[in-house]
Order: sequence, then structure tokens, then C-alpha cells
Amino acid sequence: MLIIAFLAGLDGVVDEWQFQQPIVACTLVGLALGQPLTGAALGASLQLITFGWMNIGTSVAPDPALAAVITAWWVAGTAQLPVEMGVILALPLAWVGQLSTLGLRQLIIPLVNRADQAATAGDLHRISRLQVVSAGLQGLRTLLPAALLMSLPADWLTAGYHLLPAVLRGGFRVAAGALVVVSFAMVINTMATRKLWPFFFLGFALATDQRLSLLALGMISIALAVLYVQWPNHTGSGPNSPTGKTPETTDDEALDRELDDF
Amino acid sequence: MATPKQLSKTLTLGDQLRIFGRSGLEQAAWNYPRLQNLGFCYIMIPAIKRLYTQRMDQATAATRHLVAFNTMPYMQSLITGVTLSLEEQRANGQALTDADINAVKVGMMGSLAGVTDPVWWGTWRPILSAFAASLTLSGLGILGPVVFFVSWNIVRLGFRWWAQRWGYRHGLDVIQDLGTGILQKLTLGASLVGLFMMGAMIPRWVKLTLKPMLTTDHQTGYSLQTLLNQLLPGLLPLVATLGCVWLLHHRVKPFWLLIGVLGLSILGYWLGWLA
Repeated sequence: MLIIAFLAGLDGVVDEWQFQQPIVACTLVGLALGQPLTGAALGASLQLITFGWMNIGTSVAPDPALAAVITAWWVAGTAQLPVEMGVILALPLAWVGQLSTLGLRQLIIPLVNRADQAATAGDLHRISRLQVVSAGLQGLRTLLPAALLMSLPADWLTAGYHLLPAVLRGGFRVAAGALVVVSFAMVINTMATRKLWPFFFLGFALATDQRLSLLALGMISIALAVLYVQWPNHTGSGPNSPTGKTPETTDDEALDRELDDF
Repeated sequence: MATPKQLSKTLTLGDQLRIFGRSGLEQAAWNYPRLQNLGFCYIMIPAIKRLYTQRMDQATAATRHLVAFNTMPYMQSLITGVTLSLEEQRANGQALTDADINAVKVGMMGSLAGVTDPVWWGTWRPILSAFAASLTLSGLGILGPVVFFVSWNIVRLGFRWWAQRWGYRHGLDVIQDLGTGILQKLTLGASLVGLFMMGAMIPRWVKLTLKPMLTTDHQTGYSLQTLLNQLLPGLLPLVATLGCVWLLHHRVKPFWLLIGVLGLSILGYWLGWLA
């Protein structure tokens, strides 16, 4: 369990193997508890809520690592909370994870300054060591709070859940299904340009026909993308049209975003 | 940009593999004033060891790579590749100053991150997430996580290795190749796919249904949701999503949106509007 927490914590920052993604982390925790299917079910539900959380530029999004590990422990473990409750509890935990990421980015500064000294001295091994130490700290960032929360007695949680009024329990169930909209909105917000909005509505309209599978919709979208990018009037690949209009604007907007972040 | 016919100091395949291995920890020492600086230096160390034998040269090289750096982590492999080729030329006697090398890094990092963030985080991860989640939620259990993990990492590792090799072999020519706008086209296409798929997933994945029953003179128990579905299925989720986009656009923090949706859900359930 603690190994999973460590890996998730590290990956929540380096963003490589994606151990911090709920669909991976929750399943692994479920596996460790002998309930892989419960873990995977929670992971899939949580994944739909967290996929829009991305660390772009210098900004820090809520961190799913701690949230995924702990809620899976509570849902697939002895506390046996329902999946919806796990999804709701993930929100405050993701916020704690975000704070810990922000905090560590400050706390790590002395360590980086030590790397400067090592570089001046030409001590390359020390630089490597410092980097590995910081990776360790990133893992502990999730491991320590996880260990703390896991030591809560399961009875308390179960009892706490049964103490909740029915209104809240029902409301949480509704929210677990509705919270996905924030993720969608975050993704859309990072990519939408005036010219691309029509494709969003096209996708929406086509998807209301249940006969089209997700894969089929994916194929349609790729076909549209290939056509759109090749279209001379839009991308300016033609020699005499107002050239390169669309690519340049997206590039400029992307650059602006990067600059905003700094 | 003529590459010297015979370089006395070159990186071995082992060095390149070591650098590739290290690239997986790039962001671990993320810190505020200088961002990924230590990470980049850490990745360069096998090259510094190979190319510079004097301790003084190693020290200046390490210091050179500890300046502020930040990009999209997977694109860093391409920048690393180009930087490796520059370092190699410098070690073999070409007149390249610290400032020259840094200018190339800085020039590439901003523009690459800007055009590739939408591809990786905005398109590939959400779509793969949703696809994997749909496998699990439709009863295929463990297959979802496996598909997610395996596909993501094959693509990621493959891309990183290819980008580092390409950057190393072609050096500064890479910048010219990118200047043709190929990346911008890729980003445009990916954003289109991403937006289309976001639209497509809304009616399928957002569960928001209205509860009230309408009672008319002729008919009793006509559900409001059924009426809405005849108009357009998923209309409510669509409106909710567009509302959130509008709020995000006006700089409302995502965390408050989550709290807001939670609050409204409880309120809606309490009033008996949502089920």
C-alpha cells in the first residue's frame, strides 16, 4: 500500500508513468486489498472527474494521487464506503495534494541551491544524488499523509457515513455523476478557439445517436481533423491565400498562455 | 551547420540510454524560481561526464544547465537531444558559448510546451481516460486500467526515445524542420479531435437527470426528463458544461467549480429536482 502511495506521489509531480491517475492507483490499491474490481470501479468513476486536471506551464492543478490511494483504501477496504462517497471524499483530498505540491516546490529550494554549489565544485555525483533525494521527497509527500489517514479506524468511517442525513447521501450520489462537467470544462477551456467550437457541437450532436460507439466517433473526429488541417483556406498551405492564419493564431494563443503563467 | 567529419568525442549508445532513463525523473525537483533546472542538469550528467574530462569543464557545463528551465516534460526529450548535439560540438572544439546553448534551450522550451500541452494533456490523456473508464464501467473490470497504463506508456516511452534520437542526430536542423509549422498543424488537429470528443462524451458520461413529473389535463406522470430527451438528450449536461467553461474563462478556480457543482447537486436533490 505504501509503495503505491509513494509511486503515486512521485508521479503526481513528474507525470510520467501515470501511477497517480485514479484508474491506475485505485485498481492497484484494490488489488493489494484483494478487491481489484471494486478498486477499478472507483478508479474509473474518479478518472472521469480528474482527467481534466493538468499541470500546464507553472500552474499546479489539484493532485489526484493522495485522493485516489486513500479513497480506494476506504472503498475497497474494511470501511466499505460506497463508490459515490469515495468520489466526493476525493475532492478535499485532491486539494490537500495540490497544497502539498505547492509547498514542496518552495521547500525544495535549499536543495536546489546545494546543487549549484555541487556544480561549481564539479561534483556531478552530488547533483544526481540531490535529484534522487527530491524524487524521494515527492513520494513522501503522498506517502506520509496516506499513512496518517489509513490509520483511521474503519468503524469511524462506516459510522460517520451512516450518520449522514439521507439528503446529503442522495445529493452526493447526484454530484458523483455531475462533477464530470468540471473536467470537461477544464479540457475545453484549454483548447477551444473560436474556429474550433463548431466541432465541439458536432461531436455532441453525433454522440446523442447511441449507435455510434466511442471508437467510431474517434474515427470521425480524426478524419475531420485531417481534412481541416489540409484545407487550404484555413491553414494557408496554398501559396497565395492569406497564409498560415490558423496555425499562427493557435500558436500565439498558446504562447500567451505560457507567458501568462510566468 | 556542417557536421565535422570526425568527432573525437561522441556519446555512446549507452550514454544515450542512460540519459533516456534519467529523463523519467525530470520534474522531481520542480522548484519555484528556476522550475525544472535541476532536472535538466540531472539528465545531462552522463553526457557531461563523457564529453568533458577536466573537472573545471564539467563544473562549467553543470552550471550552464542549472539555469531556469521549464517545458512540457515529454518534449524535453527533443530539447535534450538538440542540446546533446550542441554540447558534443562544443566539446569537439566548436565555438559555442554558454549563452548560445541556453538560447537554443529557451527558444525551444516555450513554443514546444505551448503547442504540445494540448496534444498530451488535452487530447490524448482525456480520451484514453474516458475510453479506459468506459471499458471498466461497462463490466470489463481490470481491462480498463491495463489498457490505459500500457497504451500511455508505450506511446510516451516511444516518443521520448524517438525525440531524443532525432534531436541528437539532427541538432539545430530540428528547429528549421519545426519552423515549417508541422507542429502547429498537429496541435490544431489534436485540439479539434479533443474538442470533438469532449462534445461527444458529454451526453454519454454526465449523469444529470431531472425528476419532476408534469401533470396535464390529459396525461398524468409525464416526466420532464423524457420531454427533454425528445428535444435533445444530454441538453442539461451540455448547459452545465458550457456554464463551467464560461466561469473558467472568467478566471474562476476549478476547485470552486467542483464545490459549486457539489452544492447545487445537494440542493437539487433536496428540492427534488434532480435524481
